[in-house]
Parts: sequence; C-alpha cells; structure tokens
Amino acid sequence: MNAQALLGLADDELVLGWRDSEWTGIAPMLEEDVAFSSIAQNEIGHARAVYSLLSDDPDALAFDRELEEYRCAPLVELHLLEWAHTIARRWLYEVADEIRITALKDDSDAAVAGLAAKIDREEAYHRMHAEMWHDRLRDEPRFRAAVEELWPYALGVLPAELRGELVARVGLDEVEAIERGTHTDELAPMWEEMTIVRRSAPSGAQW
Amino acid sequence: MVAEAQVWEALEEIPDPEIPVVSLVDLGVIRSVDVANGHVRIEFTPTFLGCPALEFMKRAMEEKVAELGAEPEVQVISDDSWSTDRITPAGREKLRAAGFAPPAPREATAPKLVQLQSNAFRCPYCGSTETRLENIFGPTPCRSLRYCESCRQPFEQFKTI
Repeated sequence: MNAQALLGLADDELVLGWRDSEWTGIAPMLEEDVAFSSIAQNEIGHARAVYSLLSDDPDALAFDRELEEYRCAPLVELHLLEWAHTIARRWLYEVADEIRITALKDDSDAAVAGLAAKIDREEAYHRMHAEMWHDRLRDEPRFRAAVEELWPYALGVLPAELRGELVARVGLDEVEAIERGTHTDELAPMWEEMTIVRRSAPSGAQW
Repeated sequence: MVAEAQVWEALEEIPDPEIPVVSLVDLGVIRSVDVANGHVRIEFTPTFLGCPALEFMKRAMEEKVAELGAEPEVQVISDDSWSTDRITPAGREKLRAAGFAPPAPREATAPKLVQLQSNAFRCPYCGSTETRLENIFGPTPCRSLRYCESCRQPFEQFKTI
C-alpha cells in the first residue's frame, strides 16, 4: 500500500477515534460508555502506529497538518450524536475496515503486513461490538434508514477495487461513493479542537 | 559486564503499570534481550497498540538497564508476534489469584462473539463456568467484564489476542 493510502487509513482511525470518544461520559448506558472509550483508545493507538511507520514524529503527522491535508474518508468526519447513526457508522466502518485490513495483511512491505496483523487482532473485538448491535437493531426502521443514509459514505472508505466485497456483505446496491479528498463541513470544528494545544504551543507543551 | 540473565532479573521487577501483580516478563512482552559490549537491546511487543502505558514501560526498562550500568536500547515491535498465549504460566496464576480470569488460548481463527457469549469461561473466584458476558470492553482495552452466576461476583476476563 502506498504512503498516501496508509495516511488515509491512519487519518480514518484518528478522526473516528476522536468521534467515538465524544460518547465518553454521555453514552446511553454505562456499558457503551466503556465500550466507546475503549474502541476510541484502540483506534487512536492504531493511528499512532501507522503514523509511526510513515514518520519519526507521529504527533506532527496527527496534529500539525492543515485541514486540507488530512486524507480521512468523509464517513468518519460526521458529527453523529444520535445512537442509530452512530451504530450504523460503527458497523459500516468495521465491515469496510476488515476488508481493508485483511488485504493489508498480505502487503509486500513486511512492516505494514505485520502491523496490519496486529491491528486485526484488536479489531476483532470492535467487530464483535458492531455485530452485537447490528443483530439487535437490524430490523429497526430508524437503524435501516441510518445505514442507507451513510451507505455512500461507507463506500468511500475503500478503494474502488475493494468495494465489491463491501457491497456483498452489507447487502445494499452499489451507489456513487462519497469519496475521500474533499472534506465535509463537520471536520473543521473538530480539527480546531483537536489541534488547538499544538497550535497554541508550537514549541511543545509541558505537562 | 552485564550478563543477559541479570537483565531478565531486572525486568522481572517491573510491574505492569495497570495490573501490578504481574511483571513485564510474566506478560511475555519482552521478546528478546541482547547484550553486547555494555549495550543492551530489548525487543518489546506491546499488548495493545493504544496502551497508554507503553511509553511508561519503555522508560521503566531503560531505567532498569541503566541501573545495571549498561546502555539501553528498547525497540518497540508493532507486529502480531505477541499474543496472550505468551503470558507465562506463573503470570496466568498471578492474574487468577488477583481476580482476573486469564485469557483463553488463541485458536487459528479470531475469537467470535458467540464464544464470548458461551459459558466456557471460568470464574477466578469460585471456579464455576456458569458465567456470562456483561460487556466486551472493560476498564482497559485488554479486558472484558463477566458475571459469575454461581458466586454472584462480577469479574474481569482477559481478552484473547
């Protein structure tokens, strides 16, 4: 996988980790508060590990770029504080991410393949969480509507050659994807918040 | 001159920052120790990539090696060479005694939700397998929460990774 695609993967994990962490303290039940916090922590850990493959300064890659330089898929940018949409995104993202990580485990670069295998082991538990909620909500109209609304975004997580498997697994017709490369309006406020410490203390903050 | 065995002994003294009953050696996260000309190279495999204690453990290892009068180099290995199967038998027993159910052995395929929902997991307090999954996630990413129907005790189950 080329560096640009790896950067996209890392940015997806960083931004989704940030979005998932927005449920910390306010999830509809304590179990989900704990689950979302753990999942967010893992996703941000994956972002750090992939940034570390690309640079000796993963923090700089995570926080010092301009908004336009982020390569994340629009799916992960959406500010969703509504449960059906949140679970629909988690499920769609995990299905897409599994397809991407499985492909990456066969990457010709041993460091990339090894890291993908490590990430895959942790993601197994995110998939279980998504599957558990999907099983519970799959017949709920509100959940179905959320899945359909987010479907063009989910396709945009994967490169075109991997989308066929996503279509087969999700069971919806292929539509025009909302591609990575342009950002939704919802990323800017998040970027402001995420990067404010680094921008306000460019020479490094001491804790 | 520092001997490899001394380094292992010193590393044995570093507790896991989150579960201090086990050491880094018990957890099996030290993949190798190489000693050459006063230089000690340690290969360290983190449990979870998002573990917030990673830097802390790295510094603790560097300090231990420096105390032995050697030059430390800790290499963090981010591949899948660590699994919960690398936790030593002594480490598993220490976990169980502290109320953490040790992880089930890893199988050829990734663990599945139905397995977690089955009652194949043993309560670390009373030994019953009449336990149910409460939450896939727990206080840290490496643990799930279960409840023992037999002794009515909630407990933490190490995830199989």
